[in-house]
Amino acid sequence: MLKDQDRIFQNLYNDLGPDLTSSQKRGDWVNTKEITDKGRDWIINEIKDSQLRGRGGAGFPTGLKWSFAPKEVGSRPHYLVINGDESEPGTCKDRDILRFEPHKLIEGCLIASYAIQAHVCYIYIRGEYFVDGQKLQAAIDEAYEKKLLGKNAAGTGWDLDIYIHYGAGAYICGEETALLESIEGKKGQPRLKPPFPALIGLYGCPTIINNVETIAVVPTILRRGGKWFASLGREKNTGTKIFCISGNVNNPCNVEEEMNIPLKDLIEVHAGGVIGGWDNLQAVIPGGSSMPLIPKDKCETLNMDFDSLVAEKSGLGTAGVVVINKDQDIIQCMARIARFYKHESCGQCTPCREGSGWMWRMLERMAKGEASKDEIDMLGDVTKQIEGHTICAFGEGSSWPVQGLLRHFKDEIKKRNKFDPIIKEKKNIPYLVDQHLLDKNA
Amino acid sequence: MSLRRPAKNQPENFEFNLSSLEAAKSIVAKYPEGKQQSAVMALLYIAQKQNDNWIPLAAMKYIAKFLNMPYIKVYEVATFYSMYNLSPVGKYFVQVCTTTPCMIRGANKLVEACKEKISEDESVLSNDKSCSWMEVECLGACVNAPMMQINDDYYEDLDKEKTLKILDKILNGEKPTPGSYRGRINNEPENNRKTLMDLKNA
Repeated sequence: MLKDQDRIFQNLYNDLGPDLTSSQKRGDWVNTKEITDKGRDWIINEIKDSQLRGRGGAGFPTGLKWSFAPKEVGSRPHYLVINGDESEPGTCKDRDILRFEPHKLIEGCLIASYAIQAHVCYIYIRGEYFVDGQKLQAAIDEAYEKKLLGKNAAGTGWDLDIYIHYGAGAYICGEETALLESIEGKKGQPRLKPPFPALIGLYGCPTIINNVETIAVVPTILRRGGKWFASLGREKNTGTKIFCISGNVNNPCNVEEEMNIPLKDLIEVHAGGVIGGWDNLQAVIPGGSSMPLIPKDKCETLNMDFDSLVAEKSGLGTAGVVVINKDQDIIQCMARIARFYKHESCGQCTPCREGSGWMWRMLERMAKGEASKDEIDMLGDVTKQIEGHTICAFGEGSSWPVQGLLRHFKDEIKKRNKFDPIIKEKKNIPYLVDQHLLDKNA
Repeated sequence: MSLRRPAKNQPENFEFNLSSLEAAKSIVAKYPEGKQQSAVMALLYIAQKQNDNWIPLAAMKYIAKFLNMPYIKVYEVATFYSMYNLSPVGKYFVQVCTTTPCMIRGANKLVEACKEKISEDESVLSNDKSCSWMEVECLGACVNAPMMQINDDYYEDLDKEKTLKILDKILNGEKPTPGSYRGRINNEPENNRKTLMDLKNA
């Protein structure tokens, strides 16, 4: 288990209070100037050395992303945008940072803005977190009052203004280009990439977009050194991460742990075990609803980091662990996730808009045992036709959980859906819409 | 995609009152010059708050003029995002999360409670016209499942009995205390905390 002194978010459970004075006691805002005095290159290199990967789901190396920002500011200003549109089912880590560690985030914004030469930073928070956003706004106001933001922020000589922009209930706005569209006051429909936001982003200006947790860990990394961060976890999967463990466990919770922690430890030690005991475990969704589920036998030995999970054909995503025990109907669980994606599709690309509804309806029927045998393969087909055929990664996000179900629980679906629709006798039914169901060889 | 339509009965006129106008101006100032369209989402919220929790078409027209943008662009935004109510909802607007992490911890019991206390169908006002409820997608408090949102506040760690009590309160016009209803502190593992023990109760 990670030592307490290596935990970045000391106030994860709000034992100490989120205000500026108690944050300063925890080490926030101490010698911020010394960090920026070391220069942009030093900051970016230190983040590269720490091998920090984005905490929002895709796991892109943060230092590398920052280095994509143009070195010189041209006619267009640079922007920093923080993605706090946390809507992935199973994930609720950013909310705790917004409520309990706002100053880590604000200081991170200042350092990151300095590194990428932005004078304005927008924090995009999902509309449902209005109360938590108000808490962040209070922290921002406090920082302005103490001259930690605004002109010559925290004595660094850098000017920075931070504004909060509230979303309004669209999951898709967590996608970085949809988020930019949303800030520009449009529908949140993703843009084609390239051009990448680092060159053409918000208002057509160079923009760096990072997750709340990514930015909030930056000040601590720079204080304690990239080497310290890299010493935790394993190569390319370094540092600590907030895991959200929800579902059928005895003590659902958020906990900050080292990367590469065994999944079993996470569930047994921190979350108090599966309801009904470990043997009652059916499957685990390891990284928020868009990651394929993992059946029990693989959970025994699985380690929680980006690369180990990719090796299991899943992913760490946002590290929202949803535990599903044997009392649940796994097909119904996935059908509900499919309904979520059907509801949240932005409607821009046809395969996703139509396909997400198809998947939901087929899964609902499969859960009731009303689907026919051949529909199981057809469902697999539909997922393949969505995946990779859309502008953004929502297509993958909606089809991967279904593929995970088909990969590991096909027998369960087959057992429940025995109905064989193929009309064996050769009948001439010209008005039958499903002509393909007629067995040609019969 | 979710299908959203404006209400049939629409008021003729809409105008910001003084406090809304002030709030709107301070929001427009957050964005660069010439990019005032960015403020549309926040302005829709302000209109919704002023107009008993829903947005009439007249408000969209007003905001379009206010921000000097085409009306259809405001309409697009208002119909795209699910948190803008296009038809009247109760003074207490109950949203129950039923996505998988909540579902497997019994969110359907919360829906039952809403059906018993408020109305049989979603988005239908209760008898006294003070409440309405609807099922929503993940509200992002999964470790506190099952949960629901009433106006801006989160009510967490619920079961059917607790939900019924909360709904009784709002039907009496009282505001229940938000937060966990199992007495747990924020997101810590209940009675099983293994980390940051020195700070506990510090």
